[in-house]
Amino acid sequence: MTALEIAAAVRSGERSALSVVDEHLARIIESDREIGAFNLVLADEARSTATGIDQAVARGEPVGPLAGVPVALKDNLCTRGVPTTCSSRMLEGWRPPYDATVVQRLRAAGAITVGKTNLDEFAMGSSTENSAFGPTRNPHDTRRVPGGSSGGSAAAVAAGFASLALGSDTGGSIRQPAALCGVVGLKPTYGAVSRYGLVAFASSLDQIGPLASTVADAAACYEAISGHDPHDSTSIDGSRDPVVAGLGRGVDGLRVGVLAELCADSALVGGATGLDGVTAVEGVAPDVTARVDAAATALEAAGATISVVSVPSAVLGLSAYYLIAPAEASSNLARYDGVRYGLRVEAANAAEMNVATRTAGFGAEVKRRIMLGTYALSAGYYDAFYGKALRVRTLMLREFAAAYADVDVLLGPTAPTTAFELGAKTADPLVMYLNDVCTIPSNLTGHPAVSVPFGCGDDGLPVGVQLMGPALSEPMLLRAAAVLEQAALPGGGAL
Amino acid sequence: MSSRITRDEAAHVARLARLRFSDDELDELAAQLSAVLDHAADVEALDVTDIEATSHPHPLVNVTRPDELRPSLDRNEVLSQAPSVDDGQFRVPPILGETP
Repeated sequence: MTALEIAAAVRSGERSALSVVDEHLARIIESDREIGAFNLVLADEARSTATGIDQAVARGEPVGPLAGVPVALKDNLCTRGVPTTCSSRMLEGWRPPYDATVVQRLRAAGAITVGKTNLDEFAMGSSTENSAFGPTRNPHDTRRVPGGSSGGSAAAVAAGFASLALGSDTGGSIRQPAALCGVVGLKPTYGAVSRYGLVAFASSLDQIGPLASTVADAAACYEAISGHDPHDSTSIDGSRDPVVAGLGRGVDGLRVGVLAELCADSALVGGATGLDGVTAVEGVAPDVTARVDAAATALEAAGATISVVSVPSAVLGLSAYYLIAPAEASSNLARYDGVRYGLRVEAANAAEMNVATRTAGFGAEVKRRIMLGTYALSAGYYDAFYGKALRVRTLMLREFAAAYADVDVLLGPTAPTTAFELGAKTADPLVMYLNDVCTIPSNLTGHPAVSVPFGCGDDGLPVGVQLMGPALSEPMLLRAAAVLEQAALPGGGAL
Repeated sequence: MSSRITRDEAAHVARLARLRFSDDELDELAAQLSAVLDHAADVEALDVTDIEATSHPHPLVNVTRPDELRPSLDRNEVLSQAPSVDDGQFRVPPILGETP
């Protein structure tokens, strides 16, 4: 059952929330030893919440649009009194004194938290192998990674442990694992969803969003969690257009642009005129590009017009990101000083305690990013690296704005390849970073993007295609994603 | 392997970041950071003289709220998570070297 089907059945009394929760907990007990999606399973709390919802239904009280829906929360979202680790030794055992706004909103919508999911430590990584508590495995093939950093959340949805999950996306951490696990993942517009209670990685890029097995479920979750929050001064004020209600309206007349820089091998890009000298990003596999071409064909068959669009600065995204994100991280993670919460390694004086705590508490990748960011911000290098990266961000905003004058949405791959084997990319950090090459532009611009499963690669593993749009275009993106979802069904014509 | 960053420079950055590494770790970090900076040569080489910086996707300035009292976090709940507490306050080791 989808999340929306569960909610409808629970509201009508056709199914009890408790039976729904028990069914999901049984799956977790049976299979999560193999997958490793969860850092913590909240069985007792989930059953107790479900019982409360069933009682409310029996009394005829309103129970919310996601009543009885089991959700999994990425373990960098604060849950009051419930351990929130960021998959780091630094925060092992920490119990936050408050709930993230998204956690409160999901609860108000009737959703039931079944557990906290594994991630790359502090959300830094693309494979969930950087967790201090061990890797998560891809439910489609347990020798392979689920992607990252929200790998636990993506695997939890793919394995049927939860109907919905929340992740966070700083450079692709919702969309890339969604693609590798064959689920839907939405990175909303920066500011559309409150970041209050999300443990900060890179504050100008971080955004919380849903992972789901269907586009409609992702849309319903987005509706539940989005909106202004006085606790997050960067959250966007004002009303949002409804998303779920318009999902079935199709794409007739929608102008879709295939983003040339992400699709070097595309037959569409190769055949386009007036696009000489496009420099494309490295490493996008031909079988992935073939799915993008098939998605373009499916959208065209549904009434959209297809063109090829060039955004030259998109190729600079990876370099700019790996200066900006570590710079912000080095500043954000300065708070882990062994004083107010988390790990402390005792030493003779405060400065030594500080160094000993940070050296023991952070894993290798987190230290690498702190070092990179500290270097990029240090005297003598600031202008050459961080300062220039911020100007690339301006360039990208200008060029994407120009592209969106000609097309409504952009289409490209989500991840360069299908899921890779554990250990395949851990030796060279730069090789791992290249996983984010297609997803980073939307973080730098703050624009929304959604990954939707669209068939498989040559190895039979899921491929996700990515739809990108201008700020607050979520209703349009998800409408187009719903068309692709239909086309990808057996007999839908696209596979 | 590129030598953009030396072991000594990596050690300097580690001191700024309040992290400690062995010499072998510093050599490895210097090489890895150099590789990332080499990849960023495309950004470094860009002529951006007439482009302003964007530090944030939305041009927000001075978000304010009414100056009204509202509840803050519960002090005992916050202190219950601290590594060391004394008399309702966070306790830290000596800062200036003297023993308490």
